[in-house]
Amino acid sequence: MSRKTALLRAMVTGFVALAVICLTPAARAQDFTGTIVGSGSQIRIAVADFKPGSGDAGSLKRAFDTTLYSDLGNAGIFDLVSKSLAPTSTPGVPAEISLGQWSIAPVNAAMVAFGNLGVSGGKVQVNGFLFDAKNTQYPQVLAKQYQEEASEDSARQIAHRFADEIIFRLGGGTAGIAESKIYFVKLTGANKEIWEMDYDGANQHPITHLGTISISPRISPDSSRLAFVSLGKEGFQVKVYSMLLGRVVNFPSTGGSNSPAWAPDGKSIAFASSRSGDPEIWVSDANGNLARRITNFKGPDSSPVFNPRTGSQIAWISGRTGLPQLYIMDSDGSTVQRLTDGGYVSSPSWSPNGQFVAFAWDRKYGPGAPGGRDIYVMEISSKKWIQLTHDSGLCDFPSWSPDGRHIVYTNGPNDRASSSRIFTMLADGTQKHALTGPGADMPNWSWK
Amino acid sequence: MTQEHMTTSRMPIARTLLTLALALTLATGCGKKKSGVDPNSLGPVEPPTTASVQPTATITADPVLIDLGQSVVLNWRTTNATVVTIDGIGQVNVNGTQTVSPANSTNFHLTAKSDSGALVEANVRVTVRVPVAPVAPSDATNGGGGGDMGTDAAFHAAVQDVFYDYDSYELRPDGQTSVAQAAAYMVAHPGVRVVIGGYCDERGSAEYNLALGENRANSARTALINAGVAPARVRVISYGKEKQFCTEANEACWQENRRAQFSLDR
Repeated sequence: MSRKTALLRAMVTGFVALAVICLTPAARAQDFTGTIVGSGSQIRIAVADFKPGSGDAGSLKRAFDTTLYSDLGNAGIFDLVSKSLAPTSTPGVPAEISLGQWSIAPVNAAMVAFGNLGVSGGKVQVNGFLFDAKNTQYPQVLAKQYQEEASEDSARQIAHRFADEIIFRLGGGTAGIAESKIYFVKLTGANKEIWEMDYDGANQHPITHLGTISISPRISPDSSRLAFVSLGKEGFQVKVYSMLLGRVVNFPSTGGSNSPAWAPDGKSIAFASSRSGDPEIWVSDANGNLARRITNFKGPDSSPVFNPRTGSQIAWISGRTGLPQLYIMDSDGSTVQRLTDGGYVSSPSWSPNGQFVAFAWDRKYGPGAPGGRDIYVMEISSKKWIQLTHDSGLCDFPSWSPDGRHIVYTNGPNDRASSSRIFTMLADGTQKHALTGPGADMPNWSWK
Repeated sequence: MTQEHMTTSRMPIARTLLTLALALTLATGCGKKKSGVDPNSLGPVEPPTTASVQPTATITADPVLIDLGQSVVLNWRTTNATVVTIDGIGQVNVNGTQTVSPANSTNFHLTAKSDSGALVEANVRVTVRVPVAPVAPSDATNGGGGGDMGTDAAFHAAVQDVFYDYDSYELRPDGQTSVAQAAAYMVAHPGVRVVIGGYCDERGSAEYNLALGENRANSARTALINAGVAPARVRVISYGKEKQFCTEANEACWQENRRAQFSLDR
């Protein structure tokens, strides 16, 4: 178990790891061999509460301090110094910090983030610094200045931006995710609308107001368009909402369609459509024109997702042999490969580096079988998989964060949207916590 | 069309050759013929150069007229081309076929480019017939109300829904009986159109169940058509697991929800 945790952490923090682990030795044991390139072990970082500058900083400073601290904790690459261990002094500018206090026990910080936040003239102004505590001669790593309209939301967004700067600088050059968004389905009475929230669950608000059942949100790679499906007079159809225009834009509706997916260049959309009388995977351009069918096999097909790294492969779910299984193929429909060997598989999500597919799997599915549905990650080249959730009810709809270090998913005691909540975890299955209350479903993490 | 492009694009090359030849003549100091270059003397130089680089291209579609949802096979042939693109599809092989299903009438525009940069284009138009919504019989002629569709009560008294096994879209014997009843009713009432709703129980993936619901509704539709009902009279909508008839978590309830439901399509 400890070896497994270590390897999974290596996968998340990015270690050079070549290890073999055994999972569920009693059941079908699987070996997972991962070779992942990245930086070293976790950096110990301390975050000082920011010093209130001129004006009444009060609630804005609290929002900022809390957000910055949780962003760095969520990043999964830091050993974050507990605030209770931090020196009582509150340095606001470089002249005020005494690095010796931060580099010795019990703090032992390698890096210190600090700064000041002030409000004046309806603006909130933040100066943020990142210092290398062990480098007494030239300690400054980062100095950033931000100014926005004074509001708690602005204070949170500034904290996200500063956190992303720190993560980018210390995390091996991988951009942080604190400014990313998660799109999801929100149950509103008998209807379902598409909502958006910050990656940490804050700032939840509706995008669509269609008064019907809208599901399967998928944001475009440049975050300019949101594809989803919506129930109308002709059944479920793919819709595209322009985030720039603030309205649904034209997309042809032909036969029942579901589960749209963007190609990484944003120029085509894959989806399942029954226009030929049987659900198959189709690919069209971003406006829904020039649709061409790329599967042709009787039985349900759904949930396509492009390899986000190459755009040249599609993973999807097919019931061509009975219960739904995970398959991959080239994006022209050739070289079909089945990846799972049984149970009930749903909701594939391809990792940003193209190496892994996350999916939901009930390995003991069947009438009367109480099998739980959990989140799994499979390495495509080896077909080895690991299980990330255990004994926590039904999980579904995993979606990778842009940095490939996190997975958001739904969890509930049953298969009803009214009881499902959205959770996030590190891609090794640790640090699970809820982002929403019940009635939230089908999360989709933005591409950047 | 193609020939026109060839001649116009050949012109500048010929002119360049001419200028080049003139310049060469002057530069080498061979003054004997500086009063003029005989164009005929350049003749033999020209054809091999241009003929080898000038691409040709044709594109055809079969059929060129389809109904919405049907497919067309595009077939193209090029010679001397290295980069061939079709608008909307992107770069393609120099010769090839592609099955497409345009949602609207579309001009497929092919551009073939040779190594030397010479371009040639070819076009084919595919016309898509979009079905015009049938005009509902006006209420005035039928005295309002249900018209010749009959009433919902009469329809539901005569036609039973079809139920399915778990994760299946095969018609069971009881389902075949229901379809036979529905077909008989529709043959006896030629004004009736139906919409078949495909439904799934609450277990499993919402997206996969939308596809499974399509298969369920379509299996009932296919059986109706095989029993002699005109295809245009039957429409399908999958609701997946988004609409439940019964909301308890037990097999009796789940069976209730795994169905294809017949309704009048007004």
